[in-house]
Amino acid sequence: MLKIENLHAEIDGKPILKGISLAVPSGEVHAIMGPNGSGKSTLSYVLSGRDGYTVTAGTATFNGIDLLAMEPEERAAAGLFLAFQYPVELPGVGNANFLRTALNAQRRLRGESELDAVQFLKLARAELKKLSMSDEMLKRNVNVGFSGGEKKRNEVLQMAILRPKLALLDETDSGLDIDALKIVADGVNALRGPDFSALVITHYQRLLDHIVPDKVHVLAGGRIVRSGGPELALKLEAEGYAGVLEQAA
Amino acid sequence: MNATDFLTRFDATASPADTAHAAADAFRASGLPTMRDEAWRFTNLRPLTERDFTPAQPGADVPADLLARLPALDAPRAVFVDGFFRADLSTAANTDVSAITVRTSEPLAALNTMFAQPGLALDVPADTNAGTLVLASIATGNGTDFHPRHRIRLAPGARLTVLDVSVGNGTYLHNAVLEIAVAEDAHLTHVRLQDEAPTGFHISTIYADIAERGTYDSFGLTLGARLARAEVHARLGGAHGAVHLNAAQLLAGTQHADFTTIVSHDAPHCASRQTVKNVLTGRSRGVFQGKIEVARGAQKTDGYQMNQALLLSPDAEIDSKPQLEIYADDVKCSHGATVGELDDGQLFYLRSRGIPQPEARAMLVHAFLTEALDTVSHEPIRAVLEEAVAQWWQRHPA
Repeated sequence: MLKIENLHAEIDGKPILKGISLAVPSGEVHAIMGPNGSGKSTLSYVLSGRDGYTVTAGTATFNGIDLLAMEPEERAAAGLFLAFQYPVELPGVGNANFLRTALNAQRRLRGESELDAVQFLKLARAELKKLSMSDEMLKRNVNVGFSGGEKKRNEVLQMAILRPKLALLDETDSGLDIDALKIVADGVNALRGPDFSALVITHYQRLLDHIVPDKVHVLAGGRIVRSGGPELALKLEAEGYAGVLEQAA
Repeated sequence: MNATDFLTRFDATASPADTAHAAADAFRASGLPTMRDEAWRFTNLRPLTERDFTPAQPGADVPADLLARLPALDAPRAVFVDGFFRADLSTAANTDVSAITVRTSEPLAALNTMFAQPGLALDVPADTNAGTLVLASIATGNGTDFHPRHRIRLAPGARLTVLDVSVGNGTYLHNAVLEIAVAEDAHLTHVRLQDEAPTGFHISTIYADIAERGTYDSFGLTLGARLARAEVHARLGGAHGAVHLNAAQLLAGTQHADFTTIVSHDAPHCASRQTVKNVLTGRSRGVFQGKIEVARGAQKTDGYQMNQALLLSPDAEIDSKPQLEIYADDVKCSHGATVGELDDGQLFYLRSRGIPQPEARAMLVHAFLTEALDTVSHEPIRAVLEEAVAQWWQRHPA
């Protein structure tokens, strides 16, 4: 399980996270909702280990291991996956090569055997099929010339192939039409099980119609100000952040 | 070894050819180039002048490790050791230096003319596809200098692919000149793999004449040498000719490599293409000078030139000098240059997927090179280049 305690983090000396405490038990999906600037993306970057963020206090552990002490690639091998809000384009890097390199790097770090090209293609094609995606996806350069929806679907494909134990979805719904949203949600739901947990970061409630969370947390001003069941998301949708934040204050 | 040292040696040489005398007169007047010469503004030959060289001798023993560095390509090969043709190591080629062209405009080519050693002399008959040939230079070191003079001529409609590879041990000066003539409708693919010893000096001067509808398609991968310069003079003398001078330079430590091109569009409807990529680590320095001359009558010229550098260290340096001289009014010529570092966002994306930092950096560097490597369409040669890049990366993880 993911356990965050009193997490403080800053960028360039500016505090963004001001004491987040949160626990996501294995098998559960939690949503973090919050207005712009509340620290949602910062939380996902701090947990995945991006440079430029300084943790000034608090801890974050995953199954008892100190996440914050690990390199980003070690966190990935330990089972963490960040679905980016803005997936990065990699001109000159083929998607198949990228996915296989990532999968094998993780397997190597975990002391597992690597997949050869044939084994990998078989796995990738099976996952593509489940996600109703074309094999062409593998031949293209990573995210280059992809539409917003294709980029997000490519994130879900990576997640399906890498099989994380903990997924952080950073506003994966932004810029998606309803069909793409469903594909993304189906991808996440397919992974749900006793050994999988997810933290779904979103601004809007609509993704949570498709990925129904066990718990919803409201992030504001760098802190969790309210937690509740899925009904909290509906309340936010109906009353807006202002109303909920007022009640919390 | 300065100009006087070379000339003293030349004057002591018994009965040099007339061509050599003509070149020596020019070299006596010019001396070795300095950074005051516009064509050598960014490349200082001082490290060369600070060392003594003795003339290479034929018959040197070739260590197994050097032979093993020649690419395993299923093709005949012509092997030169310290500039001397070695029939015992070759499966192809005749050599001949009787009809040498006197080169006096470029001091290093003049020096080559003075001491010219019989090189590859290949004539591909008309409408013949001669397949692939490996032209290999092995330097055994020991402070020698050698000056091979190679010549490749393609008759009308002929085709040939040459993988031109240079390896070596120790300290030496490899000062080669290659004369190329591509006749009407002929097609020469010339891939250079310069993987000289880290203490070696490598100068290649290439003169290519391309006739009507002919193509000179070249790619150079520079990995080795303490100091290197590849200088290509390509002349498009007939309509609808094409010249591709693509290159990649991967440098580390205190290496210096210079890629200088002069493309003369002397006929209409010709195209020239140059994509040059530099990956620079340590305190290395890359130079690209690209001149495109479009003569008065060369209408509909299509020239493109792009030089890009990836600096992997704050102490690396790239110097880029594009030069366009256009005397025709209906032409399309473009050039550009970019300098950058690895992108943090891309690097984090790869690492967040579990790819360790060194591997992630290697992937991004490879991606940067891909556009240039993609210009090599000969698959087995492309594989040789990919392998050389991978090995370079293992030697110089950055």
